[in-house]
Amino acid sequence: MRPLKDMELSQETIAKIDARVEKYPTKRSAALPLLHLVQEEKGYIPDEAIEWIAKRLELNPINIYEIITFYPMLKRKPMGRKHVRVCRTLSCALRGGYQVCKSLQEQLGCKLDETSANGEFSIEFVECLASCGTAPVIMVNENHHENMDEEKTIALCRELKKNTT
Amino acid sequence: MPEEHRIILKHADEPDYTRDIDCYLKHGGYEILQKAFKMKPDEIHQEVMDSGLRGRGGAGFPTGLKWKFLDRKSGKPIYLVCNADESEPGTFKDKQIMYKDPHQLIEGMIISAFSIQAKQAFIYIRGEFFEGARILEEAIEEARAKKFLGENILNSGFSCDIVVHRGAGAYICGEETGLIESLEGKRPYPRIKPPYFPAVLGLYQSPTIVNNVETLCNVKHIVEMTGKEFSKIGSPGNTGTRIWCVSGHVQKPGYYEFPCGGLTMGEMINEVCGGLMPGRKLKAIIPGGSSAKVLRADERFKGKLKDGSEFDWGIWDIPLDFDGPAAAGSMSGSGGIIIMDDSTDIVQALSNITAFYAHESCGQCTPCREGVQWMRKISKRMCGGDAREEDADLLLSIANQIEGRTICAFGEAAAWPVQSFVDKFKDEFKAYAETSPVSSESGDKQLV
Ligand SMILES: Cc1cc2nc3c(=O)[nH]c(=O)nc-3n(C[C@H](O)[C@H](O)[C@H](O)COP(=O)(O)O)c2cc1C
Ligand code: SF4
Ligand code: FES
Repeated sequence: MRPLKDMELSQETIAKIDARVEKYPTKRSAALPLLHLVQEEKGYIPDEAIEWIAKRLELNPINIYEIITFYPMLKRKPMGRKHVRVCRTLSCALRGGYQVCKSLQEQLGCKLDETSANGEFSIEFVECLASCGTAPVIMVNENHHENMDEEKTIALCRELKKNTT
Repeated sequence: MPEEHRIILKHADEPDYTRDIDCYLKHGGYEILQKAFKMKPDEIHQEVMDSGLRGRGGAGFPTGLKWKFLDRKSGKPIYLVCNADESEPGTFKDKQIMYKDPHQLIEGMIISAFSIQAKQAFIYIRGEFFEGARILEEAIEEARAKKFLGENILNSGFSCDIVVHRGAGAYICGEETGLIESLEGKRPYPRIKPPYFPAVLGLYQSPTIVNNVETLCNVKHIVEMTGKEFSKIGSPGNTGTRIWCVSGHVQKPGYYEFPCGGLTMGEMINEVCGGLMPGRKLKAIIPGGSSAKVLRADERFKGKLKDGSEFDWGIWDIPLDFDGPAAAGSMSGSGGIIIMDDSTDIVQALSNITAFYAHESCGQCTPCREGVQWMRKISKRMCGGDAREEDADLLLSIANQIEGRTICAFGEAAAWPVQSFVDKFKDEFKAYAETSPVSSESGDKQLV
């Protein structure tokens, strides 16, 4: 195994991590929250984070690795700066979720399950987002966008492309 | 038109209602907590028993009885866990409560924690509710600042804290023992019952109560109005209100709170939800989240109710309570009602559902892990224009081999849609093999 870099985290994240670990009766319970915190800062879970978190919680790296590979929201590589999640499940599909997904891919020039070459966009299907009454629903990073249709999709994509860094 | 009767969502959508603690206090917030502290923990439990409250998470298990199973003799700490995973397709009620009225949940939780004598409580919230988790964290801080949480709450001698724990996109974390494993920092592999009934061997192998968001909010209202008064809403065995979530092909999808049994499916769809889309006819309804068995529009439902009376219903006559959809051979489950009109390709709809279960199986049990993948593959192949004569029977046979042979109820949740879709729409599944329609372009929505 190649030697790992040291894990560099901001003071802010370290403080949040320390506070989180304190909250639980066992250290191990903090595994998922710590993975969320690392991903929030880094955008994904780098190799060195696995060892770092395991050490911090007095676990073996495999205990962390097996969590990462189970949960869809934990990523092993960076996603686009604008991460688009499209609900794929029945209530959304019945109201045009698949069409919205197609349109998003065309407008953003990014394929499903891929990240655009400039690192700007990723699009992925996700399962029911608990917003089925306002279907079809998508998320851009942490925000829900509801009642999507062709027109709203085009407007949203225009906005997203304008704010390209 | 049947009038909504809002208890849980009473204030949520009022234009000037905000989710901060000042607004909550102005509306009588945390007064019921003070009332609760004047009672004994067992008295609160008795009120919950008297209320007839049934869990709103899916199984409809009586809450008072669940609390009674708590092992109080072990000497281990007792935990309360709020199930805010809300991932059953078609369900979006808990989100309304948490995003718009978080303090109601927190007050309900403190009262419940006091009754079961849990000093540590958790809210397990699905990972995609980024904002919801922040809202709850803020509300907990507000409550702590006002001494409703923390050490010696309001000088009652009772101490309690709540930790918000985020999931990360896995449906199986909604299953209570999977949730507990996840909260312990492991893969959310459901535990086998017996022996791992949470009330005896739950979180950290300690006695644990897992209740749904809506259930815990109800506890507050039970203490407010007494269990006896609560039990007068709805009907015996189906007490209180329920928040129904309607989605799919209706004019006004949304969440609607009614007394249990306060209206029929027909009233809900044709009056409350504004009816079907113009020119469309009903094809099928899934009455309790995607795990519930589908009901066909032209079915007749006959049998005997619990009270011995006979019924003969069409789909519109089904009463919306716990027992109505169950009497019709399905279940009210999570309260998520999914409507499909005659534009729906039923094989595609099932294929959409099997893709969900194939994605979400935790993989522990062979019949579930393998079966859901085969059901996905077969239904997907059918939609792709390569349906075979034997597919309908093959799907049924796989589903039948999953049901009853797994660690958790996910197995049933995955099998029931397949069994019911294929059984009730066999003609369409068979016709697929003859005509092999590729996803139709006639304006109907693509579902896979
Ligand atoms: C596969 C599966 C998924 C579930 N998902 C949820 C869920 O998202 N939310 C929920 O409250 N209950 C869910 N449940 C039900 C829980 O296991 C548990 O019964 C419920 O949280 C108990 O709360 P209650 O008694 O208040 O209904 C699920 C059950 C199964 C089998
Ligand atoms: S039934 Fe499926 S989801 Fe449940 S424990 Fe078994 S494999 Fe996992
Ligand atoms: S099906 Fe898309 S939010 Fe529920």
